[in-house]
Amino acid sequence: MLKFTIKRLLISVVILLFVMFIVYALMYSLPTSYMQKTARELSQKPGSLKSADEWLAELNAQYGMDKGLFGGFMVWMKSAAVGDFGDSWQWTDKVTNVFQDTIWYSFALGLVCFIFEIIIAIPLGVVAAKKQYSITDYSVTVFALIGISMPTFFVATVYKLVLAVKLQDWFGLSRPLFDISGMQSRDYVNLSDVGKFFDVAKHFVLPALTLITVSIGSLMRYTRTNMLEVLNADYIRTARAKGLSEKKVINYHAFRNTLIPIVTILGGSLPGLFSGALITENLFSLKGIGNYSYMSMRTGDIPFTMFYLSFIAILTLLGNLIADILYAVVDPRVRLN
Amino acid sequence: MSEKEMKSSVTAKTEKKKNASYISGKESRKISRFNRKLTNKLEKERANANKDPALYTTKMRDPNNVVEFDNMCTYFFTDIGTVKAVDGISFDIPKCSTVGVVGESGCGKSVTSLSLMQLLPRPTGQTVGGEIRFNIGNGEALNIVNTPTSKMMDIRGNRVSMIFQEPMTSLNPVFRIGAQVDEVIKLHNPEMSEEDVKNRTLEMLELVGIANKEGVYRMYPHELSGGMRQRVMIAIALACSPELIIADEPTTALDVTIQAQILDLLSDLKDKINSSIMLITHDLGVVASMADYVVVMYAGRVVEKGTAEDIFHHPAHPYTIGLMRSKPVVGKKVDELYNMQRAESRRYAELLLLP
Repeated sequence: MLKFTIKRLLISVVILLFVMFIVYALMYSLPTSYMQKTARELSQKPGSLKSADEWLAELNAQYGMDKGLFGGFMVWMKSAAVGDFGDSWQWTDKVTNVFQDTIWYSFALGLVCFIFEIIIAIPLGVVAAKKQYSITDYSVTVFALIGISMPTFFVATVYKLVLAVKLQDWFGLSRPLFDISGMQSRDYVNLSDVGKFFDVAKHFVLPALTLITVSIGSLMRYTRTNMLEVLNADYIRTARAKGLSEKKVINYHAFRNTLIPIVTILGGSLPGLFSGALITENLFSLKGIGNYSYMSMRTGDIPFTMFYLSFIAILTLLGNLIADILYAVVDPRVRLN
Repeated sequence: MSEKEMKSSVTAKTEKKKNASYISGKESRKISRFNRKLTNKLEKERANANKDPALYTTKMRDPNNVVEFDNMCTYFFTDIGTVKAVDGISFDIPKCSTVGVVGESGCGKSVTSLSLMQLLPRPTGQTVGGEIRFNIGNGEALNIVNTPTSKMMDIRGNRVSMIFQEPMTSLNPVFRIGAQVDEVIKLHNPEMSEEDVKNRTLEMLELVGIANKEGVYRMYPHELSGGMRQRVMIAIALACSPELIIADEPTTALDVTIQAQILDLLSDLKDKINSSIMLITHDLGVVASMADYVVVMYAGRVVEKGTAEDIFHHPAHPYTIGLMRSKPVVGKKVDELYNMQRAESRRYAELLLLP
């Protein structure tokens, strides 16, 4: 197991280097250049003695962008290797500070959604499989498919319309139950610490609902398919022939086997907890890493984007490793060596 | 709906079927509506039986039998029509004896045994008629056909147990052997302590000829060979000293030498715990050496039954004669092995078209 883990970690480092380089190359070739934009702005300022081209050359030299693709990557790599990820161009602060400011909001959102996704989707999938082709199965499947098919922005808009706008009309509330965007109410500064916490939490309700709605379907379908496959297995018939109750057969014998593929999926979704929800955070103007990385990418902020995408790459590789290890934990037939 | 009506409606249904290799949308809808109606009704009847034990207790015809099949019909209500997998079979399994059930693939042997265990894939598979009487002592009997599931749970694994034909996949891959044998003992003997259960399991493992019982107790199924797994399955089946063991082709998936060992083991153990065996097999040699009585099935019906002597020395039904002749005999020189033309041409799907 240890040998396997070390081997996988070493391979991961190599993969990571390539991923970083590809990301850098993509960022380098983006049509939006932060340098060009800044150079133009500076040259148009009153009293500017240099032309845009001169400013561009100066800025490129200053930011290490004049060394070409490989050179630039090596400069970034050298400082990143010792833990210095530089300053974000867009946010004019240390990349790590911006990261620390935003990641916990995204993590909280991701964690809540992850937990709800599991406690809703897995039991629903099991029930649907248990009563295959029943009304329960069909209705669960229809709702799951609606969830999968609807795009995030549409779901978010519907929730905003119903829960934030219409609800206020219907019940004649003085102010909306949920705000349609942002993370704080108007009277945020006047609230106590506990009040502040709940105020922010309330602003996360709609984004969380949106994310849960769109993500439940696939896990539920996956659980259902696997459960059905397991329920047709010979050892389930053996369990029934032993005289076990249907409940025990499903919740113990069948579920334990269904868990094997599900754990792989869940282990693989670890990066999802930290990566933030780019579209949802943007739609609700949350100060999460997904939204920030989106804005950084739009302005061609190489240091922040590089840091963010490398971080996601590391998490994805770790997620795969964890999934493999968990696989061995739940399935005795898999031994890692 | 009485049994007769049900049968006649099923027959009327199949008669209307055109002799084509496809079914139209209209027919398909008609079939599924019919299936839904009938299976819902049967399921409801079974749920009702729960309330009144009189609905499922009967008397044995002969108290010396463990199980009596009486004109039992098991049909499968599939999307392309009703498959009469077993259509009115009657035979008895006397106490402490071995009954061999032989017949070609798809003739309803396994379905008979699954009906007895109530393990048919419901609601598609239903025992629509007849009785399966299971002796519970004092001349009383349960009619398995409509015994409620809660009652069945006491019988399965405890009084009737089953050995399946696929030892490789019949054990749950994620639990240890010990836990899987423990489970059935604990379930039917809730008063036993953890330690007693474990000792009983080890005893069972030893009984089925597993030398390294302590080691195997902690192993997972994938660490055992097919023969060993089948031994574990036998240990599970015998753990509660059942009155009837259904062995559904227990040696089909095994090597010939292991086959002999497993069969010897079964007949030894049968005498030890005084139970009966319903041995389902294709192998006439196995039947000849083990069975006291033989039931020959063909296309969902019993075509011949009697003592093993009778059947082997005086086969009467043409199918049985054909079956005997198709067995190669040592020392007899033939150019070509006997081929049962009719049997071969009759395919499983044709059961749909049976009258």
